[in-house]
Amino acid sequence: MLEFIQTLVSGIAVGSSYALMGLAMVLIYKTSEVVNFAQGEMALLTSFLTYMVLEYHGFPFYAAFPLALVFAAFLGFFLEFAVLRRAKEPNILGMIIITIGLEMILMGLVSWKFGADPKTMPFPLSPYDSVQLGSVFVSALEVLNFGVALAVMLILFVFLRYSKLGVAMKATQQNNMAARLMGIRTNRILMITWGISSVVGCLAGLLLSPMTMQPYMMWDPMLKGFAGAVMGGMTSLPGSVFGAYLIGIIENLFGLYVSIEFKSVVAFAVIVLVLCIRPSGLFARHYVKKV
Amino acid sequence: MDMKRDYYEDVQLFSSGVVVFWFVLLMIGLALFPLFVKNYYVYMANYMVINIIVAVGLNLLVGYTGQISLGHSGFFAIGAYGTVVFMSEAHFPFLLALIAAGLAAALFGFLLGIPALRLEGPYLSIATLGFGLTITQVIGRANIFGGRQGLHTPELYIGPWHLNSDVDFYYLLIVITLILVLAGRNMVKTKVGRAFIAIRDADIAAETIGVNLTCYKTLAFAVSAFYAGIGGGLYAFVLRFIEPEMFGLMMSIIFLAMVVVGGLGSIFGAIAGACLLSWLDLELRNILSIPYVGQWLEALSKSYFSITGVSNIQFIIYGLIMVLIMLFEPLGIYGFWIRTKIYWRTWPF
Repeated sequence: MLEFIQTLVSGIAVGSSYALMGLAMVLIYKTSEVVNFAQGEMALLTSFLTYMVLEYHGFPFYAAFPLALVFAAFLGFFLEFAVLRRAKEPNILGMIIITIGLEMILMGLVSWKFGADPKTMPFPLSPYDSVQLGSVFVSALEVLNFGVALAVMLILFVFLRYSKLGVAMKATQQNNMAARLMGIRTNRILMITWGISSVVGCLAGLLLSPMTMQPYMMWDPMLKGFAGAVMGGMTSLPGSVFGAYLIGIIENLFGLYVSIEFKSVVAFAVIVLVLCIRPSGLFARHYVKKV
Repeated sequence: MDMKRDYYEDVQLFSSGVVVFWFVLLMIGLALFPLFVKNYYVYMANYMVINIIVAVGLNLLVGYTGQISLGHSGFFAIGAYGTVVFMSEAHFPFLLALIAAGLAAALFGFLLGIPALRLEGPYLSIATLGFGLTITQVIGRANIFGGRQGLHTPELYIGPWHLNSDVDFYYLLIVITLILVLAGRNMVKTKVGRAFIAIRDADIAAETIGVNLTCYKTLAFAVSAFYAGIGGGLYAFVLRFIEPEMFGLMMSIIFLAMVVVGGLGSIFGAIAGACLLSWLDLELRNILSIPYVGQWLEALSKSYFSITGVSNIQFIIYGLIMVLIMLFEPLGIYGFWIRTKIYWRTWPF
C-alpha cells in the first residue's frame, strides 16, 4: 500500500512538469491552431542560457531566474513575429513542419554550444533533499514543481477570466474575425500568447534541469505533455492538466506493477486507445465540421 | 502546367518524345554510373534510392491523401526487421522475405489507419507518433529481433547470384525503385489516386459523391506503409546491421521533411526532396572536412561554440531548410521547378 502511494505521489510529481508543457502547448493551439513542437526546445534554450549566466558569469539566482523568464517571453514573441506570422498559406501540416524545423534549429544551436555531455544546473534546492509527508518521502524539488504548476494554473485561470488581456485572448480563440471587428489586435494577441506559453514552458524546463541537464532532456516531457493535452482534448486547459497528471500516474503505476521497460511508451498506447474511443479527447466536445 | 485534353493524355507515361529521350538518358546514366565513381558514391546512391522509395510512399499518404504521419520510422523498422527475420528464421529467399515484410508493414499500416479514420490534425500526429515510438520499443525488447544488440543481415543471394558489394546491390535497388516509383505514379492517375486527392481536398464532399472514406483512408495508410516497409528491408542490407535506436522519432521527422521539402503531392518532388536531404545527411556528417566552410566553422566553434557539438550544425541546416521552404515556397522544390519552367516558357513576358 505504501509502495502504491509512493508511486502515486511520484506520478503526480512527474505529471506536474508534463502539465506545464501541456498547458503551454494548449495555450498556443487554442489561439492559432498551431501544434508547437518547438515548445520543449524553447524551454531548453532558456534553461541552458540560465545555466550559462549562473555558471560562467556568476549571476545570483534571484537575478538569473527572473531574467530567464523575461528572455523566454521575448523568445516567444520573436518566434511568432519573425517566423510563424510569415507563413504564406497556413495549414495544419505546414505549421507542424515549421515548428519541427524550429525545434531542430534550437536543439542544434544548444547542442552546438554546450556539447552533448550532461551538466549540473546550480539550483537553490538539491534534488536529493526530501520532505516527509505522513509516511511518504517526496523530494523537495518535486514539491516545488507541484507548487509551481499549481500556482501557474491558478494565475492562468485568474488571468484568463478577469484581466482585459485574458478576455481578449479568449475572444481571439473563439472567433478571430469577430474579435478583430471588435477592435482587438489579434496579431498582437497571438504574439503575447506565444510569450506567455513560452514562459510556462520555460518554468517546466527550469524545474527539470536540476535533475537532468543535456540537450535531449525536453523531448520526453514535451511529448508526454502533448499526449496529456491531446488526451484532455487539446482545446481545454483543465483537460490538458488532468490528462498530463493522468499520464504521469499511469506511467508510474505501469512501471511498478507491469513492466518497467515499457514505462516510457505506455503513455502513447493509452493515448491511441483513448483516441479510438473519443477522437477529440476526454474533455472537448467532438469537433463537427461545418460544410 | 500543361493542359490535359483527354484522359489518355493524363495517364500516359511519357508526354512527348523529348521526355522519352531524357528518360532513356537517365536510365543509361544510372546504369553506367557505378563504373566511373568511387565506392562511397555508390553507397550514397543506395542510401538516396531507399529514401526515394520511402518518400514516394509517404507522399502518397501526406501529399495526396492529406493525412499526417509522424510514425513512418515504425513501418521502416518493421520492414527492416521483418526482412532479416524472415530470411534468417524462416529461410525465405530475399525477394520473398522483402515482399512479406512489406506486407507485414502494410498490415500494421492498415491497423493504424483504422483509428486514423476519426482523427485529424494534432490528434492524428500524436497517434502516429506514439505508434512509431511503441514499435521501436517493442522491437528493442524482443529476443527474436536481437534486442538492443541489433541484428546482422545474412548473406544476400538472388537466385544464383551472390550480391556482396555495393555495386551489385545498387542495380537491384535501381530496378526495385523504378518499379515502385512507376507504380506510385500510375496509382495516382487511377480511380484510387483520384479518390485520395478528393479526400485531401474535401473529405465530406468526397464522401457525398461516393468515395468510401473507410476503404481509401486505410488503403492509403497500407500502401504508404508497404513502401516504407520495402524501403526498410533494403536499408537493412545497405547497412548490413540494424539496431532499434536507428529507427527513432528523428527518422520519421526526416522522412516527413523530405516530402515537404520536395513538394507535397508530387512524385517528382518526393524524389527531389529525398535526394537533397539524404545527400545533405551524408555530407554534413563530417562537416569540418568541407573545404573553406569547414575551417571557418571550426574557428567559429572554437571561439563561440563548442567543438564537440559541431556535428549538430546538421540539425540547424535541416531546420532552416524546413522553415524557409514552408515560409517562401510551400510547394517545395517542385514549386521552384514549376515556376522556373513557366518563367522560361513565357520569357520574355
